[in-house]
Amino acid sequence: MSLKDLRGKSAIVGVGQAGIGEARGFSAMEILAQAATRAVADAGLTMRDIDGLATCSSAASMWALPVAEYLGLRPQFIDSTMLGGSSFIAHLMPAMMALESGQCTAVLVCYGSTQKTGTFSRKGMTEAFRLVDPLPYEHPYQPMLPPTAYALAASRHMHEFGTTREQLAEVAVAARRWAQLNPEAYMRDPLSIDDVLGSRMISTPLTVRDCCLVTDGAGAFVLMRADRARAQRQKPVYVLGNATAVWNRQISSMENLTVTSASESGRRAFEMAGLKPSDVDVVGLYDAFTINTLLFLEDLGFCKKGEAGPFVENGGIAPGGRLPVNTNGGGLSCVHPGMYGIFLVIEAVRQLRGECGERQVPDAKIALAHGNGGTLSSQSTALFGLEETL
Amino acid sequence: MTHELPPSASAAPAGPDAVFQDYLAQGEFRIQQCGSCARHLFYPRVLCPHCGGTQLSWRQASGKGTVYACSVVMGKPGTDSDYAVVLVDLEEGARMMSHVIGCDQHAVKIGMPLRARIMERDGKPLVVFEPANGGMP
Repeated sequence: MSLKDLRGKSAIVGVGQAGIGEARGFSAMEILAQAATRAVADAGLTMRDIDGLATCSSAASMWALPVAEYLGLRPQFIDSTMLGGSSFIAHLMPAMMALESGQCTAVLVCYGSTQKTGTFSRKGMTEAFRLVDPLPYEHPYQPMLPPTAYALAASRHMHEFGTTREQLAEVAVAARRWAQLNPEAYMRDPLSIDDVLGSRMISTPLTVRDCCLVTDGAGAFVLMRADRARAQRQKPVYVLGNATAVWNRQISSMENLTVTSASESGRRAFEMAGLKPSDVDVVGLYDAFTINTLLFLEDLGFCKKGEAGPFVENGGIAPGGRLPVNTNGGGLSCVHPGMYGIFLVIEAVRQLRGECGERQVPDAKIALAHGNGGTLSSQSTALFGLEETL
Repeated sequence: MTHELPPSASAAPAGPDAVFQDYLAQGEFRIQQCGSCARHLFYPRVLCPHCGGTQLSWRQASGKGTVYACSVVMGKPGTDSDYAVVLVDLEEGARMMSHVIGCDQHAVKIGMPLRARIMERDGKPLVVFEPANGGMP
């Protein structure tokens, strides 16, 4: 059996979100459970039908345990691999194998965080990480992580390819223009390139508007074997390809700051799907920082290395541009609760189902979702398609 | 597995992290070189990340380096507390994060030649850099 044999063998049958933006008064587990309940109901299933679980948390290292307990699950398949924000895309492959082997029949992939309104703030978490996950060769130099790591990559991209701060700002402006078409997005007020350039500098060359939001939010989806998926109430969204790559943890250990392991995860995912970038109708790229979108457009093959700056100019990835990227508004303008990967999957599913209202990409049949974790450390690419693409 | 220990280090066995620190405490900036593939590596490890070799020896670093990437972390406005975080490519081929001292932090640029210094911070020796050749590439 080869990975290509798994192409289209599993499908997402339900998605759900909860607590997007601010979930004051709710815990992370509560909004996770709300999102999970919605995803299961969307699939036309009940929680009793769920016999596989994939979840992880930035805060709790045994997170699958309380999630199984809270939801009342007795899963036969459990994956709590924690790769940072890309995790929920990376959870696809083991889940597909578990479904195909018969280990389980319905996998719930879920995540929730209240880092904005919760008592355990992002600041508290950063301080805790310094103790439990030390970086002895970086921390003494006080990089403001994660922004400084991405800023270092941006400095290198600008140096090598002449990429400009205006081109980085284009990414944030495009995300905001998509967010303005999405009633669920957290930030929807107008944003111009000058606004981005003129906002508070955090770690050169990145301003606060080059950085993702800090919000609450929960997301969930349900994956089933394709033959079972066809019997559910929603139009199945098939997984055509998925691959994950990790080359380093620390930004200082990255061999080339302008080539991420997305170049590998993307190549492998496209190979499994038998597709190429020009086949993709709607694209989701983990935009924790504006530089991410440029790096991933290049590494995934939507343009040549070094050419993403010009690619995004003049609204290239905004509504009406040459390629629809981050149509929900992305981590920059829609939602970013610490780890964003699951929302990339949910938006891909909604676009392929044609549920996206004003921001709907017409006739979308193939979607790409690309997750990033750590500081450009883990990369996971997924390709999704409708029945006609099988 | 064997590690070469610095001559004046305590007799107690120590991993590469501790050996690196011991050298720094003696005023020496040493990095490891792989006996199998001859490449230098940083940070210190028990095996070579390039080839998996375990015969690593401690070499005196030349201290020469070049800024590979740079970001200035912005402090509170008006406090003069901005500082550059750099990735430095060492002459030997390894890369490390560091600071550049003794110059305007906003003047630190990619390509700038540097030389290493060991300074004490928070009671521990730390490798930092200062501009070499007056900072001109």
